[in-house]
Amino acid sequence: MSMYIAKSRAIAARALDGEMVVMSIADSMLFTLNEVATEIWLAADGLTPLSQIVEDKVCVKFETGPEAAYADAEELCRQLAEHGILVVSDQPIESAR
Amino acid sequence: MPVGVIEIGGIPVLLRVEDCALKAAIDKRYAAYLTPNPSTEPIELTVTIAPNGGFCQSELPRAKWLNGRWLFECLDFNAEWFPESGRGWIRQERAVHRSLDSVLRVLHSLLLVPEGGCLLHAASAVRNGRAFVFTGVSGAGKTTLSRLAPPDVVLLTDEVSYIRPVHGVYTAFGTPFVGIGMTGENISAPLQALYLLVQGPENRIEPLSRQQAVSVLMRNTPLYAKDRKLAEGLLETACQIAACVPAYRLIFTPTPDVWDMIG
Repeated sequence: MSMYIAKSRAIAARALDGEMVVMSIADSMLFTLNEVATEIWLAADGLTPLSQIVEDKVCVKFETGPEAAYADAEELCRQLAEHGILVVSDQPIESAR
Repeated sequence: MPVGVIEIGGIPVLLRVEDCALKAAIDKRYAAYLTPNPSTEPIELTVTIAPNGGFCQSELPRAKWLNGRWLFECLDFNAEWFPESGRGWIRQERAVHRSLDSVLRVLHSLLLVPEGGCLLHAASAVRNGRAFVFTGVSGAGKTTLSRLAPPDVVLLTDEVSYIRPVHGVYTAFGTPFVGIGMTGENISAPLQALYLLVQGPENRIEPLSRQQAVSVLMRNTPLYAKDRKLAEGLLETACQIAACVPAYRLIFTPTPDVWDMIG
């Protein structure tokens, strides 16, 4: 089953020295995303499957195998979703357009 | 009826107060910040006492944008402020400065965002014409450090620091938002350094990266409203301050010689 991801609307985010700093407005928690997480975050348009994001943005740039990279990315996305800064769905997220 | 204008950080607020006890409390609390000559057109707030006001149950102040106005509320007050007219009102449960203090903090936190400034849970002080800000979690030592300050150090606050750019230079201002027995001088100075306080076995200073500085600033900046524009403004401000002002971790023992490393 494909996973689709979109940035939450309840956040403030800014790039800083190549990495994203993301703040959850709900609880004021602050997250600094590492390079890999930043790539995934930037590509989170709600329409591109996570598997394709991993293949296009992570495997190529960071020279990792797709299976391990996808497992890590999926775990990361679920964690970010738990904190309310990413929306995760098994269908395209049209509202993210 | 006007009790006077309280000017903090160069932003004046005129208070209209009828209650004599509250007037007296204001005169005492804000003595150093009352001015007959505000630097610009003041915001006007009418303050009334409402003993059975039916206030919300939140112990922490919070703000909400609704139909062209900001609503502020807490356990002991509610208030509205209309940015377009610059006017508003406060209803507070008792004739004490505490409620007004909270309203002013929320109001200034909102006013500072478009100015590129912020409030910060931090002590601040001026030494040799330059300002130093000391932030950290509750119990990190803000008040302790303030009380250890030598005579040549002028304290701006031991609780809530006030930072905004003046002619492109981040500047720290004195505030009346201080703990019991402390006084915040009504002066300002260019911000020289930001310190994250950590109590430890020795006095030591370690530089913080820009990302660490942003994180420190955001974790210690009060965000009273769950508002995206506001949060984005504060994050931008934190990034700008971190780019302009060096930040350090100050590990210290609670003894006066910690001040040898500052200024």
